[in-house]
Amino acid sequence: MTTATAPTADAVRTGQITLGTALSDAATITRRYLTHILRQPRLLIFSTIQPVMFVLLFVYVFGGALLNSPAIQQYGSYKDFLLPGIFVQTVAFGATQTAIALAEDLNKGVIDRFRSLPMARSAVLVGRTVADLVRGFAVVVIMTVVGLIIGFRPQALGLLGAIAIVVAFGFAMSWIYAVVGLSAPNSETAQAASFVVTFPLVFASAVFIPPTTMPDWLRVFAEHNPITHVAEASRALATGIGDVTGPLLWSLAWIAGLLLVFVPLAVNRYRKMS
Amino acid sequence: MADAPAVVVENLEKAFGETKALDGIDLQISEGTILGLLGPNGAGKTTAVRVLATLLHPDSGHAEIFGYDVVRQPAEVRTLIGLAGQNAAVDELLTGRQNLRMVGRLYHMPASEVRSRSEELLERFELTDAAKRAVRTYSGGMRRRLDLAASLLNRPRILYLDEPTTGLDPRSRADVWQMIRALVHEGTTLLLTTQYLEEADRLADQISVIDNGKVIAEGTADELKSSTGGQVVEVRVTRAADLDRAVAVLSSIGDAEAARTDDQVATVAAERGVASVADAAEALRREQLDVTDLALRRPTLDDVFLDITGRVADETPSSNGDRPSGGRGRRGERRKARQ
Ligand SMILES: Nc1ncnc2c1ncn2[C@@H]1O[C@H](COP(=O)(O)OP(=O)(O)OP(=O)(O)O)[C@@H](O)[C@H]1O
Ligand SMILES: [Mg+2]
Repeated sequence: MTTATAPTADAVRTGQITLGTALSDAATITRRYLTHILRQPRLLIFSTIQPVMFVLLFVYVFGGALLNSPAIQQYGSYKDFLLPGIFVQTVAFGATQTAIALAEDLNKGVIDRFRSLPMARSAVLVGRTVADLVRGFAVVVIMTVVGLIIGFRPQALGLLGAIAIVVAFGFAMSWIYAVVGLSAPNSETAQAASFVVTFPLVFASAVFIPPTTMPDWLRVFAEHNPITHVAEASRALATGIGDVTGPLLWSLAWIAGLLLVFVPLAVNRYRKMS
Repeated sequence: MADAPAVVVENLEKAFGETKALDGIDLQISEGTILGLLGPNGAGKTTAVRVLATLLHPDSGHAEIFGYDVVRQPAEVRTLIGLAGQNAAVDELLTGRQNLRMVGRLYHMPASEVRSRSEELLERFELTDAAKRAVRTYSGGMRRRLDLAASLLNRPRILYLDEPTTGLDPRSRADVWQMIRALVHEGTTLLLTTQYLEEADRLADQISVIDNGKVIAEGTADELKSSTGGQVVEVRVTRAADLDRAVAVLSSIGDAEAARTDDQVATVAAERGVASVADAAEALRREQLDVTDLALRRPTLDDVFLDITGRVADETPSSNGDRPSGGRGRRGERRKARQ
């Protein structure tokens, strides 16, 4: 056997992580998880159909009845109200994949292998959350196309802004799920725990209906729910109706806040795991 | 060249709640040799490997890999080690080749070397034909080999193999053994954990027997065998139900106490060589016990383990509380009984 060509850079030899290696490690892991998504075609198909199905069900089942609400009437059609909001639901649920995948990797010992390699301690988490971001973006684009077919009429530039804020929020949510995934004993628990967090946030929000009709206690919750802020920002951007600045600032604050809290929490957990 | 040991472990301790997984372990591995860490389920083997692979912080004690401290210099340690954990940590959804290339990239190897080294290892572990298939279609033996290949990408100076052959059929096990021998031939230092005495016997230069987080015996396989003091009489009964009686019978022929080593097998120290076999045969006949085998044989590591701990190596303790606590004490008793 030939002897190893000595790695050139000192950093490689001592295992020290530079920004360059951290980025390349994260890219390697992102690629791994994106390959996973593509290698599970049925999961890919159903997880894409699901949000599309939600759009169609809500539009055609509730759309007629909900148009009586003056808050929705101003949008002209329930489609224009719903779509920018349901984007948020999609990325919030999509981000739970981070919890499930990390718990599974942990259980199978794959995380042990990664942790024994001289790679950046942030790479697995960054790679996973970025993969979710890419997927979330793709699904939102597909939903938009379906929406356009059934009569969703957004403002072009505003729509891009809406998608950007929604996907960024999904990325921030992924970091919550990263902590959940690293703390759960297995992927089933990770999934169940994620859903317990996500369902109330998504449904007690302004995604499907304006919170004005909710009972007081729930309305207070819904109005302060980050998903409401992001849904309202997305809606205002995409339709040009209603105040943009307020919800947009709230959304950005939430995204920054979530990242500031959960990125260090998750990385620390990964680093110290036993 | 100074002969500083590749691995030095001193008084390593790690507790999980009440369980002392490592209760003051000392180990040394010389460069280019294999240390077999032998112990039953729950002995602390995996915990020890995890500490040495920088995956787990010890509560106290000290461990160095080629002079680098696993707690204070984990980054350096990680460049020197290769780990094949107890469960093959391969990515099910990637192909074999993608698995290896991914690990190579994470070692920050140059792209061309990632490719050539991956092909070389696929070839060496007889995975070239399956390289394009997703790992979820692999057999257990193929997964193990891929895991082993992944742990070798960086040409580690020390390799940790945690129960590398558990769950493999005899043929795949022999394959893995042969690959392990080849590695050591090339100068790799190896820490091998196993529950199989035969495996440690065949592969390891030095063996540390651990139980309840403590090293309870160490030495070469021969040293351990000779420490049990000679030959044993082994009896295999036809019906498992007769085993208790067989143990009683064997205990009656001399001072040494007999022990069960299997569902149907009992052994006792052959204090008077062939005469002990004759006595055993006579006693068994008197008791009208049906036996399928009666023999005098050299002690195996099974006997060593039995002698030290008072129980059989692969017997799983039902809980920590049930474990016989004083392995040494039991050994003392038996020694005394013989005098
Ligand atoms: N993460 C953990 N949390 C709690 N207890 C643990 C943990 N890891 C190990 N233990 C306990 O520590 C003890 C030693 O476990 P370890 O996995 O090191 O044993 P082992 O020798 O590798 O066993 P096996 O042959 O079954 O793999 C066991 O009693 C086990 O239950
Ligand atoms: Mg183990």
